[in-house]
Amino acid sequence: MSKYTMHILVCGGTGCISAQSNEIVEQLMFHINEANMSEEVQVLKTGCFGFCEKGPVVKILPDNTFYVQVTPEDAEELVKEHIVKGRKVERLLYVDPTTEEVVSDSKHMDFYKKQMRVALRNCGFIDPDNIEEYIARDGYAALGMALGMTQQEVIDEVKKSGLRGRGGGGFPTGLKWEFAYKNKADQKYVVCNADEGDPGAFMDRSILEGDPHSVVEAMAICGYAIGATKGLVYIRAEYPLAIKRLEKAINDAREYGLLGKDILGSGLEFDIEIKFGAGAFVCGEETALIHSMEGMRGEPTTKPPFPAESGYWEKPTNVNNVETFANIPVIFLKGADWFASIGTEKSKGTKVFALAGKINNVGLIEVPMGITLREVIYDIGGGIKDGKKFKAVQTGGPSGGCLTEKDLDTPIDFDNLLAKGSMMGSGGMIVMDEDNCMPAVAKFYLEFTEEESCGKCTPCRVGTKRLLELLEKITHGKGTMEDVDVLRELSQVIKDTALCGLGQTAPNPILSTLDVFYDEYIAHIKDKKCPAGECSALLQYIINDKCIGCTACARVCPVNCITGTVKQMHVVDQEKCIKCGACMDKCKFKAIIKQ
Amino acid sequence: MPKIMSLDELKSLRDNVKNKVDLREKGENVDEMVVIRVAMATCGIASGARDIMNYFADLIREENVNNIVITQSGCMGYCYAEPTVEVTLPGEEPVVYGHVTKEKAKEILDKHIKSGEMVDGIIPVAHKSIDE
Ligand SMILES: Cc1cc2nc3c(=O)[nH]c(=O)nc-3n(C[C@H](O)[C@H](O)[C@H](O)COP(=O)(O)O)c2cc1C
Ligand code: SF4
Ligand code: SF4
Ligand code: SF4
Ligand code: FES
Ligand code: FES
Repeated sequence: MSKYTMHILVCGGTGCISAQSNEIVEQLMFHINEANMSEEVQVLKTGCFGFCEKGPVVKILPDNTFYVQVTPEDAEELVKEHIVKGRKVERLLYVDPTTEEVVSDSKHMDFYKKQMRVALRNCGFIDPDNIEEYIARDGYAALGMALGMTQQEVIDEVKKSGLRGRGGGGFPTGLKWEFAYKNKADQKYVVCNADEGDPGAFMDRSILEGDPHSVVEAMAICGYAIGATKGLVYIRAEYPLAIKRLEKAINDAREYGLLGKDILGSGLEFDIEIKFGAGAFVCGEETALIHSMEGMRGEPTTKPPFPAESGYWEKPTNVNNVETFANIPVIFLKGADWFASIGTEKSKGTKVFALAGKINNVGLIEVPMGITLREVIYDIGGGIKDGKKFKAVQTGGPSGGCLTEKDLDTPIDFDNLLAKGSMMGSGGMIVMDEDNCMPAVAKFYLEFTEEESCGKCTPCRVGTKRLLELLEKITHGKGTMEDVDVLRELSQVIKDTALCGLGQTAPNPILSTLDVFYDEYIAHIKDKKCPAGECSALLQYIINDKCIGCTACARVCPVNCITGTVKQMHVVDQEKCIKCGACMDKCKFKAIIKQ
Repeated sequence: MPKIMSLDELKSLRDNVKNKVDLREKGENVDEMVVIRVAMATCGIASGARDIMNYFADLIREENVNNIVITQSGCMGYCYAEPTVEVTLPGEEPVVYGHVTKEKAKEILDKHIKSGEMVDGIIPVAHKSIDE
């Protein structure tokens, strides 16, 4: 019986650990011991709270006090003031940037108010290394319930929930399970896709770090449903903490009889093995992932056959994403109808997003489907950094597109995002402001896909390279109007002919920005100007009449392209200028501007 | 750890470990909870505060009341009246009781918390919650 009357939760997500949260835990324990209160106060490390922007986060319960940007040096004060004397440490509380008021209870923070935690229900709440904490939260009860149902009933429940894959494609999960169930074979496999290759995405990592048992339990449920005794998690080796927590979860589940033979006395056999990926984006594609697990090159093959028919070692294989799995136990605990009551007509439940870019609250959020972009960006995200103007948000990563001002009130779901020329993707959300140049954004993604293309098929291998060259030309002010036509045409060809999803979706960032920000492309081509001021090749360094003729700039210019006599206004020879910016840094009179 | 062999065994394990997260679940909605704080500064502990706190915990578990969180506070500044206990009903001002014995604890739970009737032994000061 635990007699703890206070719990101190310290974020043990990758973000906060890199900001010394382990040391914070040590210091807290030390000072609690000093204060002779280790019987009353429990200190534990949880998964990510999502508010990584202001990490490390420390939460004290039962009074639900949320401390931000805590350092190991603060531990003593937290213990002596909050724990011993019961006084909150004001300086470590969160201050709402708009009202400038202190908000001590996270429930009242704008960042959390509109969130709904289903897949992340235990992240930042339990100690992920302690299976009993998971069990205390009804962990593995869903598996127990499923074992009392027939396989078809389990599948029907998932179908009824309306859950769709969170790995990008949005395919109905129950239907996928049914395909694998109906394909008869002596051996079948359940695979969890934890490759998470989108730049800037960390949803899956956070789930595995904060609540690994939810994925283990869901894989066992899936194993029962489709008739598989083996599970595999394909995870990138760059996720050491997630791997460590997952390994511990699998071992503990075995020890408790929740994996292995005769699970919960039902006769079910199911076990999980971890496979490591080297972190190639294409290996997240399910056929490439399967080949990589078999020890072959991580290259996609054509579908059909789909993995449900012929997957790992040519056996029926069900591949789902981490977040998809994390939703499964809740569907059984709270019922498919409950799950289906959240979201929009065709997109049920919630979605986890990694908010990044020019937004105040960078972090991990989970929101009900159907929430608007405006709510996500302004209410949860706290608006655009430094009071700049919102320009666009990129969803769907390198396969997606941009949404703009006019889309702010569109409810976010799979179909609406597609209709707007973007996609849900796995949940990366990168916010851009007026200083972001859209052709440059498209170029950024093409650099990524060109680099990550596996090279197996020509349209993608050569096509992405050509697209990138065209974008480089345009952003250097050397593009022509014909280039725009070629961009469009080539994009379409690649979409139609590439072998796998990587190539088929690689042109999306171009098509989407061409569509929405055509003017910006034109400005680069016709006026040789970058309206956002991001493309350095198109900038000019110009000396204005604030110049007093001190000659400092002329002396620092590496190509000697600044001329002028002492005490006279100087001039930059634009033909020769290499845009190094040295002159601007040197001028003490702010007479040199970049435009 | 012996393997869990049935859903019933899993459920009883769950019931046994429930208290690990109970405080956190209640804490998420602390605004709607009755909060009992037992002063646990040195003087409180010396006069038996820990026993009182454990006694409250036992009572609540026996009677299966779900809307109460018990926690400790530091020194409330009433050393002469230890053990002291602060009771806050949702949305109300906190009330502090002094010299709390087990009998008093039971009375506080039965009368004050369950039916909102004050019990003798309130420390009559313009007491403010120690958070403020
Ligand atoms: C290039 C490419 C990369 C992908 N990367 C991932 C990934 O990192 N994680 C993931 O779950 N799915 C990824 N997918 C989607 C998978 O192929 C597959 O559809 C998904 O894992 C199925 O799970 P779900 O139905 O639960 O979403 C990728 C697809 C493509 C084409
Ligand atoms: S589309 Fe690109 S990543 Fe996919 S198989 Fe072809 S070359 Fe490889
Ligand atoms: S450093 Fe500035 S003030 Fe001096 S000559 Fe150059 S532009 Fe003029
Ligand atoms: S930007 Fe560099 S190259 Fe151009 S004028 Fe200034 S110092 Fe010379
Ligand atoms: S890692 Fe600590 S809040 Fe995200
Ligand atoms: S690393 Fe946990 S989400 Fe920032």
